[in-house]
Amino acid sequence: MTTAEFGAHNWGMVVDVDKCIGCNACVIACQAENNIPINTQDRVERARTISWIRVERYWEGDFPDAKARFIPIMCQHCENAPCEPVCPVYATYHNAEGLNVQVYNRCVGTRYCANGCPYIVRFFNYWEPVWPESLRNHLNPDVTIRSRGIMEKCSFCVQRIRRTSRTARSEGREIADGEAQTACSSACPTSALNFGNFNDPNSKVSKMKEDKRHYTLLDQFGTDPNVIYLAKIDADKKVGAGEHASHG
Amino acid sequence: MQQRRELDQVYTNRKLLNGQLDTPKWWAPTVTILGIGVVIGLFVIATMINKGLGVTGLGRPVYWGLFITTFVFWVGISHAGIMISAILRLTQAEWRRPVTRAAELLTVFSLLTALVFPLIHAGRPWRIAYWILPYDVARGIYPNIRSPLIMDPVAISTYLTGSTLFLYVALLPDLGNLRDRTTGWKNAMYTVLALGWRGNPRQWKMQTVGGILLSALMLPIFVSVHSIVSWDFAVASAVEGWHSTIFAPYFVIGAVHSGVSAVVTMMALMRWLWGWDDFIRPEHFDALARLLIVVATGWLGFTFLELIFALYGQDAPEIALREMQILTWPWNMLFIIFLLTGYLIPVPMWLFKRVRTNIALMFWTSILVNIGMWLERFLIIVPGLARRTPFVYTWEAYRPSAVEWTILIWSFAWVTLLMLLFSRFFPLVPLFEQKESQVFTDDVMIGRAKVPAIVREAE
Repeated sequence: MTTAEFGAHNWGMVVDVDKCIGCNACVIACQAENNIPINTQDRVERARTISWIRVERYWEGDFPDAKARFIPIMCQHCENAPCEPVCPVYATYHNAEGLNVQVYNRCVGTRYCANGCPYIVRFFNYWEPVWPESLRNHLNPDVTIRSRGIMEKCSFCVQRIRRTSRTARSEGREIADGEAQTACSSACPTSALNFGNFNDPNSKVSKMKEDKRHYTLLDQFGTDPNVIYLAKIDADKKVGAGEHASHG
Repeated sequence: MQQRRELDQVYTNRKLLNGQLDTPKWWAPTVTILGIGVVIGLFVIATMINKGLGVTGLGRPVYWGLFITTFVFWVGISHAGIMISAILRLTQAEWRRPVTRAAELLTVFSLLTALVFPLIHAGRPWRIAYWILPYDVARGIYPNIRSPLIMDPVAISTYLTGSTLFLYVALLPDLGNLRDRTTGWKNAMYTVLALGWRGNPRQWKMQTVGGILLSALMLPIFVSVHSIVSWDFAVASAVEGWHSTIFAPYFVIGAVHSGVSAVVTMMALMRWLWGWDDFIRPEHFDALARLLIVVATGWLGFTFLELIFALYGQDAPEIALREMQILTWPWNMLFIIFLLTGYLIPVPMWLFKRVRTNIALMFWTSILVNIGMWLERFLIIVPGLARRTPFVYTWEAYRPSAVEWTILIWSFAWVTLLMLLFSRFFPLVPLFEQKESQVFTDDVMIGRAKVPAIVREAE
C-alpha cells in the first residue's frame, strides 16, 4: 500500500454519524480556521461556493416515516485517490502521513483533480478571494490565502498538525493521542468528528474504527479513504456494518 | 465519374496559382472582417485571463465545459490531414491528390487552435510552463507522467511537428514554382523557403521518399493523439459517462468523421471561392462521401457500443447518467440534434450519387456532421460532470457564458483567417500532385468507354 502504513502517523478521522446533530459548527470552524472566503449569494447562485466540510442533509424512508439524516463530508484523504494521478504538476499528492495534500504553489488550475473526485470536495477559486475590511485582521496567519485560479480542499488542518508536532519535538516527546485536532473536530459539540492517528493501534480513532458500524463513503470506487464513518443507529431497525456505504 | 478533362500544365499553373499571383476581389474584405473578429476574440481572452475564470459559466461540479469541448472538437478536426494525406497516400488512393494540402493545412491550423483551449482554460495560464515545459531541474519536480494532461501536449506537439514537416515537404516543388514566377521581396521569400528546389530527379526522389516516410511515421500518431485526448476522460474512474474503455477507438473514429467532413466543407469553399472546378471535381466529393459513409457508420456503431457497455453493468448511477444524457431535458434535445446532424440526416443522403456529386448538398451535410460532432463531445463531457451524485449539495447545472461562446466563435474565425492568409502566399491545391496524376493517367478502352487507368512506374 502506501508509505503511510510504515510511518509513525497515518492521520484519519472517524465520523460517528449517530452523534451528528447537523448543527454546522464544524463548517463555521473550518471557514474561520482555514481562511475560506465568504460564500456570498452570488457564489451560491453560480455554484461556486467553497466549503471544505459540509453537512449533507438527506431523507430516509417515505413520508410520513421520513427521517432527516445528516452526514458531514470533507476530503476523504483517500489512500488510493482518483485526484492524485491526474494532476500534471504534482500539485496534489499523498504524503507520508496519509494526508492528501494540495500544494498551492504548484497548482496551475486544470481542475482535473476536481473532475476525478467522486466526493466533490475539491474547490476552485474562480475569483480572487475578498473579505470585508472588518475581517481583514481575523485571517489565520498560519494558512495561505489561495489566489484565484487554483484548487483547494480540506487539508485535515495540516497547520495544526505541524504546530503540534513542532511542540512535541521541542519538548522531546511523541505527539499524544488526541493532541492534534482539526478545527472541525475540536468544534464538534457532540464528538461526532474524531481526529487521530490510525497507525497507533491504541489511539481513540483506531479503536473507534473497529466498531461494527464502520463504513466508508462510496467504497465501490476503491478509494480507500482515511475518513471512516460509523453508521446511524436506528431504534426501529437493525443496522449492520456497511449498510450505509452508498446512501442515496 | 472517371472521365476527366485533359489539362495542360500552363493552364494548371495559371489556375492554381491565382491566389498568389493575383489577389481575388473578396480576399481583402473577408480577411479584414475576420481580422476584426479575431482581435475582438483575443481581447475577450485577455480579459478572461485578467479577471479570472469567474467570467465563464463554470461552477462546481461542472469544472470543464465549452472550452474542453471545443478543444476536443479541434483536435478531432485535425485528424483530417493525416487521414487524407498519409493513409490515402499509403493506400495509393489517386483521388486524394487535389485535397491533400488543404487537409494538412486544416490539421496544422486546427491543432494550433486546439492547443489554445487547455491553456486559457487553466486557472493560472501564466504558470502553464510548469506543465507544458515542465522540465525545470531547479524545482526538482518532474511532470506527473501518469496524467493524461502531460501526454496531451506531448502527443499534440508531436502531431503538430510531424504535420508541419509533412506540409512543408509537400510544398517544396510548388515553392520552387512560385519562386520562378515572382519578383521582389516575394521572390526572396520563396527563394529561402524553396531550399534550392530545382526539380532534378534526385530532389524528386528525396521528396517522394520523404513524404512516404513521414506518412508512415505519422500513422502511430494518427491512433495516439485522439486516444490520449480520450483518456482525459476515460481515466476518471469515478465519473459515470467518462470511465469507458471504448473511448480511445471511439474518439479516433469520431475524429476521422468530423475531420473528413471538414475537408469536404473546405473543398466546396475552395471550388466556389477560387473557381477550381477543373481540379476539385464532383468525383472527389463522391469518393470522400463514400469514405464518410463507412467511417460514419463505424462511428455510429461505437456510439451505440459505448451505450451498451455502459448499460450492460446495470450499475444504478451509470443508468441514471444515461437517463439524464438521453432522456432528460435539455440534454435529450441536444441528443436528438446530435444524432440527426451527426448521422441520421447526412449519411442516408450520401447514399445517393446525386447528393454525393452535388457540391452544395455536400457542403451543408458536412457542416451538419460537424455540428453533430461538437455536440457529441459536449454530451460526453458536461453530463458526466453534471451527473447527480449521491450528494445533493453538489447538484448543479451548467450554462455557458457569453465569454465562452465568444471564444468558441473566435476559434472558427481564427482558423479561417489562418487559412486565407496561407492561401495568399501558398497554393492550396498542390500543383505537382495535380500534374503527377495527369502523368500517371492513361486512357484505357473498356468496351466502348474510355476509362483512365493509373500507370505506375516499377520501383
